[in-house]
Amino acid sequence: MATVHLPRSLVALFPGTERRVDAAGTTVAEIIAALDTQVPGLRNRLVDAGPVLRRHINVYVDGEPADLSTPVRPTAAVHIIPAVSGG
Amino acid sequence: MATRNLLLVGTRKGAFILEGDAKRSKWNLRGPLCEGWPIHDMTIEPGSGAILAAGGNEWYGPAVWRSEDLGETWTHSSEGLTYGDDGANIPTVWNVTAAHGSLYAGVEPAGLFRSDDRGATWTHVEGLTNHPTRPEWQPGAGGLCLHSIVPHPTDPKRMWVGISAVGAFETKDGGTTWETRNKGVRADFYPENKYPEFGQCVHKLVMAADGGEHLYQQNHCGVYRSSDGGRQWEEITPGLPSQFGFPMAAHPRDPNTVWTIPLNGDDQGRYVPDGKPAVWRTNDAGGTWIRSGEGLPQKDAYVGVLREAMTADALDPVGVYFGTSTGQLYGSADEGKSWRIAADNLPAIWSVEAAVID
Repeated sequence: MATVHLPRSLVALFPGTERRVDAAGTTVAEIIAALDTQVPGLRNRLVDAGPVLRRHINVYVDGEPADLSTPVRPTAAVHIIPAVSGG
Repeated sequence: MATRNLLLVGTRKGAFILEGDAKRSKWNLRGPLCEGWPIHDMTIEPGSGAILAAGGNEWYGPAVWRSEDLGETWTHSSEGLTYGDDGANIPTVWNVTAAHGSLYAGVEPAGLFRSDDRGATWTHVEGLTNHPTRPEWQPGAGGLCLHSIVPHPTDPKRMWVGISAVGAFETKDGGTTWETRNKGVRADFYPENKYPEFGQCVHKLVMAADGGEHLYQQNHCGVYRSSDGGRQWEEITPGLPSQFGFPMAAHPRDPNTVWTIPLNGDDQGRYVPDGKPAVWRTNDAGGTWIRSGEGLPQKDAYVGVLREAMTADALDPVGVYFGTSTGQLYGSADEGKSWRIAADNLPAIWSVEAAVID
């Protein structure tokens, strides 16, 4: 199981969700799909039409920038981080 | 149980709820709600009393929020709020309206979605997107947004929508087919034909109290009324200081009374004329207009008011409320004759909705 680190602003949308969760999957897309079964609606917050990651959502797998197709090792660390933007 | 007067305020940085005293003169504020998301529109769902809030977050996309405990806790969903993986991205929801047991969401880029399960899931009303004029729709300065949803009060198959800068449409068959409703509405910004079938920049579309056929609109190019469900519009701008403005609110019982807030012009800053905020009302369907600035600052107040940021409650006398794009919220408990401030120093106000609940 990969360990997924979620941002505060995301878990705030789903009360009771932990900042660090385990999820099974071999790609970022599968990881997010697995998260969505644990937290219904979460995928819609991260994934736009395409499907692609939303424009201001950054995902890192083991510290490297990733997209939905990026492979995920069983023991990988996945960080989901909102981009620095806004005003 | 005593009646409670609520104002639902959507802002650029979250939703707020104000609760007023019996005189609607003092207001207590709660917020920011909805995690500080930009909120374009709020409403109350008839029957359940649930509060709905529509908006979109720069990071997390569009959603319609729902609270069944007057804003204490919230859920949100955008399930189905998509044009599909091959379609355009939807950044935000501009309008949420309850009608005949369903919810409707107007989004950007312009389209209409319906929910029959209280906002848990949404279905695209494809008939509007499939309108033959769709390839030629062009955005206004605020984007190509479907901002006005006007259900028929008794016929669930009839509805009007307003899109910037495309104009008004009506369906009579529950959304399967739509017809343009822009005849008589001017579009000054075209070089030759000022009265096209579509392409008008409707800013706000509202229905008069007698329901069904009497409509009003504040347009980029004037104020208009229709007595036949929008098939023909008649300009009622004369008497106002400007043809340009965004919001419009209709009296809940008198079909001849509406309120609007003219701004100085589309190319002159888009704030109130001469820095003197005023709400203008007509009591004769636009035949004459009456200015009221009483209680509003009348010097050096260069505020603007956006399309969804004015509303009327259903009490007698009617309460009228508006919010500015610089965070002031004003209310009138005497049908717009005099005003007092209800809240200040809020984020930019995008919408105001009044609700009276038991």
